[in-house]
Amino acid sequence: MTASFDIAKIRRDFPVLGEKIRGKDLVYFDNGATTQKPLTVIYALQRYYARENANIHRGVHFLSQQATFAYERARGRVGQFINARESSEVVFVRGTTEALNLVAHSYGRSQLGPDDEIIVSQLEHHSNIVPWQLLCEEKGARLRVVPISDTGEFLFDEYEKLLTERTRIVAIAHASNALGTILPVKEIAALAHQHGAVVVVDGAQGVPHLPVDVQDLDCDFYAFSGHKLFGPTGIGVLYGKQALLHAMPPYEGGGSMIEKVSFAGTTYAPPPMRFEAGTPHIAGVTGLETAIDYVNSVGKEQVAAYEADLLAYADAALADIPGLRLIGTARERVAVISFTLGDIHPHDIGTILDAEGIAVRAGHHCAQPTMQFYQVPATVRASLAFYNTRAEIDALVAALHKVKKVFGG
Amino acid sequence: MTELRELYQQIILDHNKNPRNFGKLPEANRMQEGHNPLCGDHLQIYLHVADERIADISFDGSGCAISKASASLMTAALKGKRPDEAVELFEQFQQMVTAEPDAPVDHQALGKMAVFAGVREFPMRVKCATLAWHAAKAAIEQDPSPASTE
Repeated sequence: MTASFDIAKIRRDFPVLGEKIRGKDLVYFDNGATTQKPLTVIYALQRYYARENANIHRGVHFLSQQATFAYERARGRVGQFINARESSEVVFVRGTTEALNLVAHSYGRSQLGPDDEIIVSQLEHHSNIVPWQLLCEEKGARLRVVPISDTGEFLFDEYEKLLTERTRIVAIAHASNALGTILPVKEIAALAHQHGAVVVVDGAQGVPHLPVDVQDLDCDFYAFSGHKLFGPTGIGVLYGKQALLHAMPPYEGGGSMIEKVSFAGTTYAPPPMRFEAGTPHIAGVTGLETAIDYVNSVGKEQVAAYEADLLAYADAALADIPGLRLIGTARERVAVISFTLGDIHPHDIGTILDAEGIAVRAGHHCAQPTMQFYQVPATVRASLAFYNTRAEIDALVAALHKVKKVFGG
Repeated sequence: MTELRELYQQIILDHNKNPRNFGKLPEANRMQEGHNPLCGDHLQIYLHVADERIADISFDGSGCAISKASASLMTAALKGKRPDEAVELFEQFQQMVTAEPDAPVDHQALGKMAVFAGVREFPMRVKCATLAWHAAKAAIEQDPSPASTE
């Protein structure tokens, strides 16, 4: 660990981590659902509404100009963060779900026809399955699914077999939200491109844990959410390669996305504005920029190293509990641990952990096909962030022993 | 931990481990599925209604301790009841688990079912406790669509 990674200071930056829940110190292990916010982000939202609020791209007045400048500066910052070539390749949306739906609606509807194929994996979140199913239904296209191994690895050979000249879109997660498996996005993209397909990456669980370089990955689209990256809810990003965005029709109609409107015909603004109809979440964009600054100040490499250490510690500590079964043990994982404990239902485990102040997710994690593969209705998921500690893992282990005691295990 | 002990009382743990009236009912003339889409709990209720009485009742499926124990205790309570009595009990049960935590519990009406009063401290678990009841009510009223807690 580098000396610059000061866990005590980091924890002080997140006020909620000092809260007591049911009389116990909060142990927050539900970061896959949403992360906590550092003070800088909370203050940025407050500052925007208290002193800077104005609409963008409209007024000639001072505050509007300032807001427009800040909004476009944030776009640039996001572009740098994921190493986009141009800031105009960054489209602001509500979140990952909207980003994926945007690609399905705009790119998918304009490019797909009957008997075309879309490839997804067994590891996908529902938001990277359902938009493609809707598209397939509408276009008479087919959805193909890359299976996974028992440990939760993406089966690359099976993927290779599914690729044909009919494949138009390959839509995959950067990292599985239910199991943590990291997918080989760069290799997946290279092979898809050989077959003329575009690659859409659900980066919701990638960006918070991994350094992301969209040029190196060479993906065509990359989607992520601000609130899973220590930023506000309601703001997210769709990265798209310039040429693809330019060729795509609008997604929603309204103000800001037009060039010229008349009843004889309307022409549309170039990207990214073409895809940002109406007043966007300006405060959210400010908050997201601040969150990115925060993550950069901690250091993405440091985050990855610290989380890898914490994950290894957690895996070992949990595996020692008799009856505990880790679900998903891929070699390359982000800091997500899914498990079951004997025949105790995950919801009962979640409730008992909650009484100990420990927040986990219990359920299907919006990834029912993954659960079906493991033939479990649900798992308990502890999803970690760089502000979590070994002491918190110890608290989880102690609480799981209590769970077993309650159920007479 | 006091609230937790209230929630996971011995009788609930026992009915979770050894559910009564568990399995299909060969002579059933009504069947109803119950599904909680948020957490994936899924069960079926089988009823044999004859001579204006619930002659027999059973359930199967998968779910958490609260939903399983609730289904188990419910089947025991509804056996032999008239359909209108069953619906009335449903309403009393529903009222109890959604009441304020310190509201009095009608032990006489609810009998063993009163152990689910602890659910009131855990609003996220109310749907677990009522899933079987929703399904049973739909079966009694012969609602053709699957019962859902949503």
